[in-house]
Amino acid sequence: MPVKTVLLGQGTCCISAGAKQISAALREEIARLDLAGTVQVKHTGCRGFSQIDPVVIIEPEGLLYSEVKVDDAPEIARSLLPQGQPIERLFYRDPVTDRAIPHHRDITFYNNQQRTVLKNCGYIDPEEIDDYLAVGGYQALRKVLSEMTPEQVIDAVKRSGLRGLGGAGFPAGRKWEACRRASRESRVESRESGRETPDSRLQTPDSYVVCNADEGDPGAFQDRSVLEGDPHSVVEGMIIAGYAVGATKGYVYVRAEYPLAVKRLGIAIAEARERGFLGENVLGNGFGFDIEIFQGAGAFVCGESTALTLSLEGARGMPKPLPRPRTTEVGLWGRPTLLNNVKTFANIRWIINKGAEWFASQGTEKSKGTAIFSLTGKITNCGLIEVPMGITLREIIFDIGGGVPGGRTFKAVQTGGPSGGVLPEGLLGTPIDFDSLTAAGSMMGSGGMVVVDEDTCMVDLARYFLDFTQKESCGQCSLCRLGSVQMLEILNAITEGNGRIEDIDLLIELGESVKIGSICGLGQSAPNPVLSTIRYFREEYESHILEKKCPARVCKGLISYIIVSDKCKACMICLRKCPVEAIKGGKNEVHVIDQDNCTRCGVCLSVCPERFGAVEIIPGREVKIHG
Amino acid sequence: MEARQVLSPSKKGKLIPMLQQIQERFGYLPEEEMVKVAQLCGVTESKVFGAASFYAQFRFTPIGRNRVMVCRGTACHVQGAPQIMETIERELSIKEGQTTPDLEYTLESVACIGCCALAPCIMINNKDVHGRLTPQKVTEIFATPKREAQDAS
Repeated sequence: MPVKTVLLGQGTCCISAGAKQISAALREEIARLDLAGTVQVKHTGCRGFSQIDPVVIIEPEGLLYSEVKVDDAPEIARSLLPQGQPIERLFYRDPVTDRAIPHHRDITFYNNQQRTVLKNCGYIDPEEIDDYLAVGGYQALRKVLSEMTPEQVIDAVKRSGLRGLGGAGFPAGRKWEACRRASRESRVESRESGRETPDSRLQTPDSYVVCNADEGDPGAFQDRSVLEGDPHSVVEGMIIAGYAVGATKGYVYVRAEYPLAVKRLGIAIAEARERGFLGENVLGNGFGFDIEIFQGAGAFVCGESTALTLSLEGARGMPKPLPRPRTTEVGLWGRPTLLNNVKTFANIRWIINKGAEWFASQGTEKSKGTAIFSLTGKITNCGLIEVPMGITLREIIFDIGGGVPGGRTFKAVQTGGPSGGVLPEGLLGTPIDFDSLTAAGSMMGSGGMVVVDEDTCMVDLARYFLDFTQKESCGQCSLCRLGSVQMLEILNAITEGNGRIEDIDLLIELGESVKIGSICGLGQSAPNPVLSTIRYFREEYESHILEKKCPARVCKGLISYIIVSDKCKACMICLRKCPVEAIKGGKNEVHVIDQDNCTRCGVCLSVCPERFGAVEIIPGREVKIHG
Repeated sequence: MEARQVLSPSKKGKLIPMLQQIQERFGYLPEEEMVKVAQLCGVTESKVFGAASFYAQFRFTPIGRNRVMVCRGTACHVQGAPQIMETIERELSIKEGQTTPDLEYTLESVACIGCCALAPCIMINNKDVHGRLTPQKVTEIFATPKREAQDAS
């Protein structure tokens, strides 16, 4: 019987940081020390605290070792011997207090969170259904099938106040109800037309449940983390949804760029089938439901429901124009289809197990439960967090995130990815909920939360997001297709120093037109990053245009690299490394950058030894030699 | 009612998975394979090409032996991903989306690799992640294999 368990996060992020090699080394050392009987090494999903990956956790003590390296494996294995001692040098050090913290429960990053959907991520082995069963997995499904009618399930979801993660935060229960109604009508229709035979229902289902895991925001990774860390919670939620709306077939539409999530989800589905949670007769209850994985082929617009449906049908994923029936009525293959996000399905088991009232007691009046964010950018504690709705941005960024590192100053936070907007310091008191974020010009959306500091140029950030959305525009609506390109060209001109002051108002006008003239959420929200940066950081646009300077020293056309002669030790490193030979000087002769030839590639800055720090970036292009 | 009869879930729904399998095998979508897919799925060739060209995942030219993916996620962008891309473009003498003439490298950008704590980062051959990069570190990464390749020849 194992006495100790070593938990090793094996999410994509952990693996990129080297978790696989550590696991192999640790297992080898444990075997060598003959500890295999008393120590169990368990692979889990990501713990969320990406900043300190790879993480090793020793239970039952709850010790956490951060930023572990392969070479640490022998010492960790020895610490697991009966007389072994915790390894202090591997403890997490609080970046604010610099105090070493031995236990994960005492780390501020974790103890300010409220983990529901992410509760099991990092604790259970996602490839082992027994691990999920041991933490109460599939109990909700058993309860639903044995005690509840589909109507009662829908009623519970409605009462819970759970909202979907599309732009508007539509109440999940109402969507389920609409789908059930449409599904019933469609079944009556098939029966009357004589098409339904007793065993035809699994092959050509009347309606479908589709899980949207096409996480397209380039700064969000929560769907991936849930699928990698607790895939059964999504499978269980989908089966319950199938029972509630009367569907017999489910699809998970997941990005092909998430190979590990696809793999683990595949294992989970196979295991669930084996144990009778999926199949023609779920738990012997006469209800049939099965799930298939569909890998999205890389199109951001496919997060939109009608585009996603078309993509599943093998077509170009282009949103259908209005007026059109809702996907809940005419969805996949023309049948009623319930489409929800990964997190929405993952919440269902909690609503069933703990009750709709419990769920509704969390969060704010109109936004229930928790919100998950991928907290990244210029932040001390980068990672995946789950917080109660209603918490303020300030609490997330400074209490959980630890603020901006390196003594730099917070400038803004961007939420909702390419569809969202930036919020300046003055709005940090904004509570996290669907409606407050929308009112402030951003959105909950994807759950991306990117913190930026004084070194981030807001014009460049807007340009970055617009560049993304204009590439992803499906091209149906002229204003989205052409307007976004026009806006991008204007932004390019501004960042290159060719902007005109009237361009700012032109951007606003174009942005508003693109919003009005697009049929889907992509076009309607594409101008958000531009409009919100103009709204809160207009002066940065003006600096680019009027002073020809990038205050954040980012836009290549509006900055200069210089060598501070007092600091230069004439060591020849930058001079040799400069790819365009733009640095003049020699041994014992202070180096100077020839501004006419400099391409501003940044190599000199990155090679100049840190103790000299002689290369600097300054805003603007008209440079006088600094002496 | 009409629509339900026209659409057959069985065949057409396999179009994208089929293309994915072909690309998995060949590294890109050869024209003759797409023609076969059209026949198998019972749709026109233009439909197949239309779908294939819509999605970013699909490519129509062969891929290099080493696939370099530069993360263009937001976190990487604000930490200097554009400079990283430029440096690699310079080191390999190709632009984003291109393959070196010797088919050694294909350079691509990808929406997000998903290790934002390591920003800016790149991934080579779907497995080796290099994180917290600077132009200098990039130069080092691409200097080594080049030398090895020269030694071998």
